[in-house]
Amino acid sequence: MIKKLWVLTLVGAMTALGGAARAGVTLDKVKAAGQISCGVPTGVAGFGAPDSQGRWAGFDVDICRALSAAIFGVADKVKYVPLTAQQRFTALQSGEVDLLSNNTTDTLQRDTELGLNFAPVVFYDGQGFLVPKKLGVKSAKELNGATICVQPGTTTELNLADYFRANKMEFKPVVIEKRDEVLSAFFSGRCDVYTNDSSALNADRLSQAPNPDDYVILPERISKEPLAPVVRHGDDQWDDIVRWVVYALIEAEEKGITSKNVDEKLKSDEPYIKRMLGVTPGMGKALGLDEKWAYNEIKLVGNYGEIFDRTLGKDTELKFERGLNNLWTHGGLMYAMPIR
Amino acid sequence: MATDTATASPRPARPSTWHDPRIRGIAYQILFVGIVAAFGAFLIHNTLVNLRRQNIASGFGFLDREAAFGIGESLIAYSPADTYARAFLVGLLNTLYVAGLGIVLATILGTMMGIARLSSNWLIRKLAQVYVETFRNIPLLLQLFFWWALLRESAPGPRQAWELLPGVLVSNRGVVFPVPVADPVHRWMLLAFVLGILAAVGVSRWSKRRQALTGAQFPMGWVGTGLVLGLPSVVFLAAGAPLQLDWPELKGFNFAGGNAVSPEFAALLIGLTVYTGSFIAEIVRAGILAVSWGQSEAASALGLKPGQRMRLIILPQALRVIIPPMTSEYLSLTKNSSLAVAIGYPDLVSIANTTMNQTGQAVEGIAMIMAVYLAISLVISLFMNLYNRAVALVER
Repeated sequence: MIKKLWVLTLVGAMTALGGAARAGVTLDKVKAAGQISCGVPTGVAGFGAPDSQGRWAGFDVDICRALSAAIFGVADKVKYVPLTAQQRFTALQSGEVDLLSNNTTDTLQRDTELGLNFAPVVFYDGQGFLVPKKLGVKSAKELNGATICVQPGTTTELNLADYFRANKMEFKPVVIEKRDEVLSAFFSGRCDVYTNDSSALNADRLSQAPNPDDYVILPERISKEPLAPVVRHGDDQWDDIVRWVVYALIEAEEKGITSKNVDEKLKSDEPYIKRMLGVTPGMGKALGLDEKWAYNEIKLVGNYGEIFDRTLGKDTELKFERGLNNLWTHGGLMYAMPIR
Repeated sequence: MATDTATASPRPARPSTWHDPRIRGIAYQILFVGIVAAFGAFLIHNTLVNLRRQNIASGFGFLDREAAFGIGESLIAYSPADTYARAFLVGLLNTLYVAGLGIVLATILGTMMGIARLSSNWLIRKLAQVYVETFRNIPLLLQLFFWWALLRESAPGPRQAWELLPGVLVSNRGVVFPVPVADPVHRWMLLAFVLGILAAVGVSRWSKRRQALTGAQFPMGWVGTGLVLGLPSVVFLAAGAPLQLDWPELKGFNFAGGNAVSPEFAALLIGLTVYTGSFIAEIVRAGILAVSWGQSEAASALGLKPGQRMRLIILPQALRVIIPPMTSEYLSLTKNSSLAVAIGYPDLVSIANTTMNQTGQAVEGIAMIMAVYLAISLVISLFMNLYNRAVALVER
């Protein structure tokens, strides 16, 4: 805690002493530093956690890598800064990181009062409840009087209070900042319920529970949680780059371009694909990047579907359904703006 | 500081204005204060400008807005529909509650252990030493995690709670116990209790004066206890002993009714008490050792028993050595209570953290935390200094 207060004080001092954020500054800074400083979660299986060799891996991490590929032509020019829900906005505002890829919910207040800009949504989530099976609860409506473990500083905490107020139920929150501590409190029985985004609940159930089959996620989703990368207000060029790097991932999946076939697609006759992959120049220049930006990110990191399958979906233990995160052409919400 | 030495030096002839060390000293001090103030103003101005440019809201207007988050433990009525200001108040009271109790308990524990370290009994002396050396040398945060995990893991779930006494139940949700249902008589009992204390203080003064004049002793302990406990009991019985208990019972997931002490609160209180107690023990030991051995011998020669010797001769003299470092311990206990955030007790810092994240106004939040701890610390210092003055030796 003391350490964190220090960090906050330092960040405060940086806000006090620091200079202005002007358009174009972030890209220049990133290029001068030779790496992107990327705020990632402090360890959520599937989204962002160091693997057995200590390399960061996961869905959020791959967004940073795609950005690195688009800017530098290699995917590993990224400095990963693990940030808790509480630290992340201050770290971004003060310039400690260049963007957040940190399971951050896009909300009006954050967009305005916190001085942030949200890139396109990369994961549609919703808040749920994890309970032990032996509690015999079938619905969130039966949770009146429950003790609920929750992390502070998230929309989760507010949605929880809203849901119980709306349903005229009582609850007792146990608010713990560190994810490990909140999980060990829940799994030791300190709380009846653990609440978080359902994707995180699923990941924690499978990777942290003593026996995953003893726990069940209740069917209710009490909120919309559109998770998106975040940048600072005031640097439109950087905002554009992050936005279109995300769109290119989604568009590549829709156009059937994968890391395996992207080299063949360079020879494609389709004008749209030629423009996107930089065979016909123009798009890269408009963004202030190399013409091969989209080619590089697809070649080195893969398209949206490949990233999803590799980190969260069918190729992993988490086995997430695509659901809302499928392409719009397959009944989901993933819809990229045209690259032209 | 420079002026102190300057004015003390002899001044044979009045030098020119600039070479007058007194004037020059004042000039330097004004200059120094000016630079510090200007730097502070620059920081504040620059922060405001930077915040405005980044379109981050500033100011304390958010305090009137609805907080919309829940708080697990509160001494006053609170719901998510209340304002941020009230949430802050809840956190402040929780901090004061745990710090106040911690100070009292740590003082008792520390004093006992400090005296025990000087005991003539080998076992007691060594046990006290082991206690001090263990808890003084392990970081408080680790101790808090230890106590918290112990309370959480060793106790059963609420449905299998241990029933220590009828109605007193221990589970991993904490300890629940029955409390009397509020009754108008309780207010009169509280009044009687306060009157009892005042009466006891009066009688004590009278008996001391009488002893000083005549040497006659008075059984102050018995009379005092009788006044403080007896008066409320008389009121209670006179009102027909209206005792109705609110029993805790298992309802749904948790206990309803009665009162509860959460594992987070208990872990924090135990951790702060045991940790700070080990420092206080050393301060008390040092204070006692600072009183010269001749005092003990003289007291023995006068025929005082060991207990009386400690209470009447040694401790009053040791206190003037003990009080100043004790003040620092009280201050650090209060500030250490902010570690509550790690184990989920909703203290001031925990609630301010949540507030900062919901509103994004970290600068204001940190400023409020700092102001509150500063104010608490200054108040503690003030009272301890007053007390120190009261117990200081009066030179005759």
